[in-house]
Amino acid sequence: MQAAKNSVALEKKDVVQEPVQKKKGLFYYIRMDFVLYLMLLIPVLYIVVFKYVPMYGIQIAFKDYNIFQGVSLSPWNDFATFKQIFSSPQFYQVVRNTLVLNGLDLIVGFPAPIILAILINELVWNKFKKISQTILYLPHFLSWVIIGGIVTQLLSPTGMFNSLLSHLGSESVPFLTNKYAWVATYSLVGVWQNAGWGTILYLAAMTGIDRQLYEAADSDGAGRFRKIWHITLPGIRPTIVILLILQIGNLMAINFDRPFNLQNNLVMDFGDVISTYVYRVGIQSANFSVGAAVGLFQSVICLIFLLSSNFITRKLGENGIW
Amino acid sequence: MSHTLKNRLVDFTAAFVILIAVFICLVPFLYILSESLSSNKAIISQAVTIYPIDFNLEAYKVVFGDGGMLYSLAYTVILTIVFVLLALTVTILAAYPLTKKRLKGRNALLLVMLFTMYFSGGLIPDYLNVKNLSLLNTPWALILPGMMSVYYMIILKSFFQSIPDSLEEAARLDGCNDLQILLKVVLPLSKPALATISLLYAVYRWNYFQDALFYITDEHLYTIQLKLYNVINISQQMSGENVNVNLPSEALKSASIMFGTVPILLVYPWLQKYFVSGIMIGAVKG
Repeated sequence: MQAAKNSVALEKKDVVQEPVQKKKGLFYYIRMDFVLYLMLLIPVLYIVVFKYVPMYGIQIAFKDYNIFQGVSLSPWNDFATFKQIFSSPQFYQVVRNTLVLNGLDLIVGFPAPIILAILINELVWNKFKKISQTILYLPHFLSWVIIGGIVTQLLSPTGMFNSLLSHLGSESVPFLTNKYAWVATYSLVGVWQNAGWGTILYLAAMTGIDRQLYEAADSDGAGRFRKIWHITLPGIRPTIVILLILQIGNLMAINFDRPFNLQNNLVMDFGDVISTYVYRVGIQSANFSVGAAVGLFQSVICLIFLLSSNFITRKLGENGIW
Repeated sequence: MSHTLKNRLVDFTAAFVILIAVFICLVPFLYILSESLSSNKAIISQAVTIYPIDFNLEAYKVVFGDGGMLYSLAYTVILTIVFVLLALTVTILAAYPLTKKRLKGRNALLLVMLFTMYFSGGLIPDYLNVKNLSLLNTPWALILPGMMSVYYMIILKSFFQSIPDSLEEAARLDGCNDLQILLKVVLPLSKPALATISLLYAVYRWNYFQDALFYITDEHLYTIQLKLYNVINISQQMSGENVNVNLPSEALKSASIMFGTVPILLVYPWLQKYFVSGIMIGAVKG
């Protein structure tokens, strides 16, 4: 309120002091919408301090970063950091792991919510539909720390899965300790956590489909599967396409919490990804330049992926994300 | 006749598959719950499945007796509340002016914000930034860096835009300035959107683990997630070193997991519809 009063006072005073200019300069507009610009000050300050200042800090990837000299004063190092990471086999390993785990998420995790949404959409008992949706969304609201804990308890050699298997006379499965089994576990846990929640957008898109189309199909004698194939799926196609672009664009991006909470020392060959690698090298070992260089590599590739998948989608005649 | 029979068959098949999916979602919780209520002996002999064996509350006595867990829980609740209030304020302050088409520089500012959704400094520059601002080992390290999500800002902005202009014009004729219009007209009409965004922020803060791991080493400032991470991953070693052989290590882990899960389980069913509507607002205009 104080700011509002000030602005009113300021406007009046300024108008009295100088006559309205013919040419409308920047200050004219700032005075016009003083309150609005004042509101934007805090968000802009936030964006600058916490988003753009770190971007300025990226330059340490090209420097021999020294904590005492800081970002600006540390000496440039002729791409030595990049030469170092590009000649390190571990770097290629974490890039590969990132692509493989995200690729699996794309193959296994992407279709899961679509199938689930179609099934939910076909449900006729409303109460059952509501309750099952509530339960299916739930895993999305748990932190990866908790999911990591649950997964360890459930899938460890002494966990419920393996004890059930041994009751059935089967050998125990090294879900968490064998690296191939771990990759499968990683992607299935992703499905468990996200498939239910992922249905929301598709279900929303399905409610937007014109009911008359279904009625027309009914009178043409179309069965349930034909209606799904010819009406429901084409109806949610734009949604599918947008989510697909986003996911393909993010193949190189990987969040930290999920792999970090699921991985263990025995599966690091496959489980170590860019984010966890940057944490270990950059923060735990305080090798800031290497961490920043790997992070920059990831950001740039990510941006290229996103731009090109959007470009290709538009070329194919679909609406992109912009 | 066969047509309806076939229809029924599809109904039951769909329901059956969904029932299996629901079951898969629930079983892990039942298992953890029954483990937390079972004796360690029963767990080690692999007798525990989805109901407790040798029912006892030992593990919960340890979790609640520790005090550290409850402290961490209370601390995280306060942290989350402060975070949501600040984040909501900043998000409103960005979203409202950016709905005004007449505002010069609006598109440029929007672009500057959108760019940060697709490109960022990365973990290390973020870390060094927090370090340079002397925020390491303060609660502010967990509040300030995430104070506005550009994505949620856009959700809120598109909600603001759906409010009819005539209402604002009427308020302006009554002598309101922009701030008064925001406080007296726009915000009261946006309660559902504000509730949704607050919840999204709250869940983000509650569940986010990475920043606490990176920025916090002082045990008094551990969020519940960091605390849980340590219990789940360290209790194994502790039970080896500890003289007290009766420490229910597996049961303790499960009890800690339940301790971290129950707050979400309690509030979630009441809030679910807000989340769902929030995601849908976001989907209408990206």
